[in-house]
Amino acid sequence: MKIGVITYPGTLDDRDAQRAIRLAGGTPVPLWHADGDIKKVDAVVLPGGFSYGDYLRCGAIAAQAPATQEVVRLAAQGLPVLGICNGFQILVESRLLPGGLIRNEHQHFICRDQRIRVENTNTAWTNLFEQDEEITIPLKNAEGGYIASAETLKMLEAENRVVFRYLDINPNGSMNDIAGLTNERGNVVGLMPHPEHATEAGFGPDTDIATRSGVDGLKFFQSVLKALVNA
Amino acid sequence: MPKIIVEIMPKQDLLDPPGKAVANALKRSGHNDIVNVRIGKRIELHFDRPITQADLDNAGRVAASFLSNDVIEDVVAITKED
Repeated sequence: MKIGVITYPGTLDDRDAQRAIRLAGGTPVPLWHADGDIKKVDAVVLPGGFSYGDYLRCGAIAAQAPATQEVVRLAAQGLPVLGICNGFQILVESRLLPGGLIRNEHQHFICRDQRIRVENTNTAWTNLFEQDEEITIPLKNAEGGYIASAETLKMLEAENRVVFRYLDINPNGSMNDIAGLTNERGNVVGLMPHPEHATEAGFGPDTDIATRSGVDGLKFFQSVLKALVNA
Repeated sequence: MPKIIVEIMPKQDLLDPPGKAVANALKRSGHNDIVNVRIGKRIELHFDRPITQADLDNAGRVAASFLSNDVIEDVVAITKED
C-alpha cells in the first residue's frame, strides 16, 4: 500500500511521517506540493511543520497548492487523508474539516507528551483503537486552539466527529477539548498532536514501563493499511 | 502606485492572543487608559494601471476566499488608493 506524504516549503515532519508509514508496514511515497500528480497513492499524510512560514494564516497558502487541491478532489471520493498539526491546519483551510485553529490561548509554543482519548474508532485512521482508548503522543504547536461556531460544535458532537479529545489539561484553549476531528465520511482525519513521533521504541514518549518506549502513534498508520485492505 | 487595501480583523467575539499580549505590555509600561488591543492585518494589492470596479469586485472575492478565513476573521474594509 502506497501512502503519500506531501512536502511543502517549510514542512518539518515529512521524514518522520514516512518512517512511521514504513514501520507500520506501508510504502511511503514522497510528494511535492507543486506537483498536482499525487502518483496514484492509496492514502495521503499532510505532515507537520510551518508550510510557507505560516504566512497569511497557518496552512492557508499550502491549501492552495496543486498537490493539496488534488487531495481535496480525491478526498471527496474517499481517499484517506491524515493531517497532523500543520497538516490539520491545512485541512481546515482547505475546508475538508470545519472550524479553525488560532494561536494558543496562553500565547506560548507548547511541547509535551499529551494524553488524548480516541472517541471515534470508525475512521480510516483509528479503526485499530478501542473505543475511548487513552493514548499518549507528542504535542508541539503554537497555533493549536480549535475554534468553531456554536452550531458547528453542536453538529460535530451530535455526529460523533470529535475523534480525539485532550485529557489531563487543555493545552491550547481548544473548544470542547477538541484535539482532532473527522469529516462526515470518516476518511479525512486531522489532529494537532503528532502520532508519527510515537511509532518506535526508544524515540517515543515515556511510559510506565520504560522511558521513550511509547508507540501509541503506530496504530494510526496500521489502521489506514487495514482500511485500505478491507476497502 | 494604484492599490487596493484589504483590512482584516480577528472576529470580535474571539480572543486575540497577540492583541492581549500587547495590551498587557502597554499596561505594564503605564498606559492605563488603553483598556484593550486587537491586532489585524492590512494587505495591499498593487496595480500598474488605474483600478476598475471589476478589480474591486475581484479583490472582494479574493479577500473573502483566501486573504481571510471567515471562521476566525472579518474583512472590515476594502478601499482604493490611486
